Formats: sequence, structure tokens, C-alpha cells
Amino acid sequence: MLDHLAFETPKPTRIAGAKEDWELVIGMEVHAQVASNAKLFSGASTAFGAEPNSNVAFVDAAMPGMLPVINEFCVEQAVRTGLGLKARINLFSAFDRKNYFYPDLPQGYQISQLYHPIVGEGEVIVDMGPGVARRVRIERIHLEQDAGKSVHDMDPNMSFVDLNRTGVALMEIVSRPDIRGPEEAAAYVVKMRQILRYLGTCDGNMQNGNLRADVNVSVCRPGDYERYQETQDFAHLGTRCEIKNMNSMRFIQAAIDYEARRQIAILEDGGEVVQETRLYDPDKNETRSMRSKEEAHDYRYFPCPDLLPLEIEQDWVDAIEASLPELPDAKKARFVTVFGLSEYDAGVLTADVEAAHYFEKVAEVGDGKLAANWVINELFGRLKKDDRDITTCPISPEHMGEIIALIKSGDISGKIAKDVFEIAYTSGRAPAEIVETEGMKQVTDTGAIEAAVDAVIADNPAQVEKARANPKLTGWFVGQVMRATGGKANPKAVNEIVAAKLGL
Amino acid sequence: MSIDIETARKVAHLARIKVEEDRLPALAGEFNTILGFIEQLNEVNIDGVEPMTSVTPMRLKRRVDEVTDGGYPEKILKNAPDAREGFFAVPKVVE
Repeated sequence: MLDHLAFETPKPTRIAGAKEDWELVIGMEVHAQVASNAKLFSGASTAFGAEPNSNVAFVDAAMPGMLPVINEFCVEQAVRTGLGLKARINLFSAFDRKNYFYPDLPQGYQISQLYHPIVGEGEVIVDMGPGVARRVRIERIHLEQDAGKSVHDMDPNMSFVDLNRTGVALMEIVSRPDIRGPEEAAAYVVKMRQILRYLGTCDGNMQNGNLRADVNVSVCRPGDYERYQETQDFAHLGTRCEIKNMNSMRFIQAAIDYEARRQIAILEDGGEVVQETRLYDPDKNETRSMRSKEEAHDYRYFPCPDLLPLEIEQDWVDAIEASLPELPDAKKARFVTVFGLSEYDAGVLTADVEAAHYFEKVAEVGDGKLAANWVINELFGRLKKDDRDITTCPISPEHMGEIIALIKSGDISGKIAKDVFEIAYTSGRAPAEIVETEGMKQVTDTGAIEAAVDAVIADNPAQVEKARANPKLTGWFVGQVMRATGGKANPKAVNEIVAAKLGL
Repeated sequence: MSIDIETARKVAHLARIKVEEDRLPALAGEFNTILGFIEQLNEVNIDGVEPMTSVTPMRLKRRVDEVTDGGYPEKILKNAPDAREGFFAVPKVVE
């Protein structure tokens, strides 16, 4: 099986400044909340939306004398993620303290992995349309603790702090600066989210902040990036700024576009870009400096004395690798080769892991192409109309497959099938039963069709004369017969019989 | 490495520990004594010696992924100088 389809590299985004053309260079840090029941170093729950400070253990609140004990499943999830990104797994990793002061960080430091991350170099193939994709290198993934949440709008003078999220496991997935435009950056996050959801290592819920990205943006002149690629020397690239905490694909694109233009204006004016952390304001569509973060950048990292190094065994890693599910690129390639789907349709069906599983169950009836058409056009269209997604889909894949089977066997026409689908979708009834009970079965019995044709001819002698003079009018007879049979007659059979009976 | 008064002031600020101006020279002095003590370690030849992370060979203790803790917000908030509606209440911090 192909790992992924062959692809071409997209052209980097080029922005015309007032004086010359510029290109973008983007690197991303994706923070993905690990899907687990308990936190990284405590037995408190990770559930979203609990009462404030109720999912907090004493160790999360940094009470004196409390010690962290690592959740082995969180380690497994990080390893699984690394394997899913074809990355090197480090059997030896270690935890460090990243020190900074903030009200939602009771320890006064975040336990992270600066010097020895658990996952090393990997890659992601970012799809940019059929046959076009960008290979983005992953530099590392490390495990770390999330911080708490501050609420600023409940009181004019105070901020309120909830520690429920404090200590939840995060994977920070760091890319190389291989992303070359705002659309690629958004597509990278889409692809990363898709892979994480396939792996089951992060639910990818961006609204709840379970997946968020820091975006590093710099600009350079055409040709500079290629020189960087040859030498891996960052001196060829411009100074970067980091836009923090983006949790929307649309805002990521808008923020990058704004930030690139801001940097270009500075450079063309003879100025210098200052390396700093910035925040995107979607209301004003601009980025602004987070000066408060600058001083805090002195994190005074040191190895965490509460935790021994994390040593894992190759056998364990191999077992996790053996349990990996089929990933998006492989699934898409298989849908193309096995079901004969277009790359576009295969991409639509594999975009979401649940939808892909649903489709595969429907396709078990044996006609993958027909199943794909029905799932994409009828089902996805209907779900969209109801503002639902596949997880709350009211029609089971078995019933959907039954409809496909009924079409294939000639029991119902494609047109009637849409009615059957609507009834099955709204009522939950089985399609075969619907066809039977509602008498929707296509009439292929020529005797019955002939009788209906005879009746229409007998009742409409004037039309018969006209049709004999002008054969184009036979369509009227076909329509009458279809109406008389409640649309159940096989249209092809009706056509033939009408033509024969009229002597055309 | 030597800690001057400026560095002592910065370290105190990063840790949000209030140190009066007249206490800074003494603090910088103490830092230097500690660092000097640590410096002695640099005299030891450690070529080919693996870093030791524990005095006895131990494997990092793991826990299983089960919810076994939490559910006592009143205890968590008990020592808070100010708490409202289940939250810690702190002076306003806005970016």
C-alpha cells in the first residue's frame, strides 16, 4: 500500500511590498491536550466544564510536600503521536522546570521537557489540493503541564482563577520552518488535528482550547529560503515574531497575513524586525506586542528534581506501533485504489475519522463509488442542513448500505431511493421494510407496465395521434405511466414499451 | 560566575519576592557563596562518567490513568486569601 499519494510541492505565498516581493517562512508550535482520564502528574480528572477547582488534587494546587507521579497512559499517548508522525521515539527523556510567575500557575513553574523531549524528528504531509502537498518536518514533541484558566470578566477589579486545567497533559508539537503561506499554516493545523483524532491522542476540540497553536512568522526575499534549505543556516531567514495562542483556522490565516505585511513595511522602511511575542486581536485584525511576556522569557530552566528521567522500553514502543490505526494518508490512498474514488472524494471521506469509518461500513455492500456518492452528496448534505455531524447521524451505516443494496439490485430507482433515504433518516426505519410497506418497489414486471401503458393509450386517443406524428411527444406517455405507477416503474422499461406500443 | 546587585534584583523580581534595596548586596553575596560552593564540583574530572539521577537504581514510578483524586474544591480554596464562587480571586491581570 502507498504511504501517501505522489504529490507536487505548492508554490510559496508571495506578497508584493511597496518596493519588492517577499516570501513567508512559518514554523508552528501546536499544543495538543492529551486525551486521558487523569492529569499528567496527578489523579485528578481532565473532564471539561466541571465546577471551578473541583478537578484539582493537592499536587496540582502545588501544596507543600506534594510530589508528581507520572500518568503512564499520557506517555503512551505521546509515543503514539510520535509514531503517527513517523518520528523518532526517545527511550530516554527527562523533565525540566520552566519557571515563571503567573496567577494560574500555582507551582511557579511548568514541568516540561526542554533538554530531552520524548519524541524527536518526524514529518507531516500537508494536503493543499489533489496532487499538491507540502512536507513539513517535525522537530520534536515534548510532554508538559497545562496551566489553569483566568477569568477576567466576572469582576471589575479582580481576576478569577480556576485550576481545573492545571496539570492536564499537553503535547507541544514543534515544526521546522517549512510552512510557506497562511493557507498552508491553516492546512497544517487541519492535518495535525486529523492525525491526532485518528490516533485518538487528542480530541482536537479547538473551541475548548484542546488544540491551539503558536505561529512563528518571518519574511525573506525570494531565493533566501532555498539558501536556508541548502545550509540549514537560519541567518538566511528574517527575524521571526511569535503569535501566541491561536485557536481558529481563519484567525491563523488572518494573523499571519497581517503580521507578514507589518514586517515587510518595517523592512522596506529601512527598519529592523524585533523578535518578540505578539497577540492577535480578531476584532481589530491586527497583532500587537505582548511586552509583559518579554521579561518572563527568562525561564531559568533546570532539571525537575522531583522526577527521575523517563526511561521506556523498545518492546513497549513496538507494541504501541503495532496497535496504530490506519492513518489519513494511507486510508485516502486505499480509498482511491480499492474503491476507485477520485482523490478529492477520498479526501472528503477521510477528513474525519468517524466519517471514514461510517463510509467503510456503508461500502461493505460492495459498490464503493455508489456508496461514496450517497454518503458525500445525500448524507453529508442532509447532516449539514440539520447542523449535525456524523457522530449524531440518525441513520445507521447499515441502513445506508441497505439503500445502496436496494439501488444496486434494481429494487428501487435512484429517485425513489432519495425518498427512502429521507424516511429512513427521519424515522430510523429499515430501508427494506420502508420499500416493502410503502410499496415503493420498482416495477420491472413488464406485464404490469404493459397494462399501465395500454390503459394510458386507451384513455388518450388524441395524444396517441399526435405522438405518432411527432415521436418527441412519447415523453408525455412515459410521464403518465410513471404517475400511474407512483413512480415505481422502471423508467427504461417504460420507455421501451411505450415506443413499441405506439409503433414507433 | 559572579552575581551582582543588578542580577540579584532581577532574580528576586522574576520570583516575585520583595527584597528591600538595602538587602540586595547581602543577597548577592549569599548567592555568590552558594555558587562558589557549587563551583568546586567543576574541579572533579567526570570524563566518561554517566550522570547519576538517583542514589539507588530506580525506575520512574508510574500511575495508571484513573481518576483517583480531586473533588474537594473547598479544601483547595481553604488557604486562599480571597475566593469567590469557587474561584481564587486575585488582583486583575489582563494582557
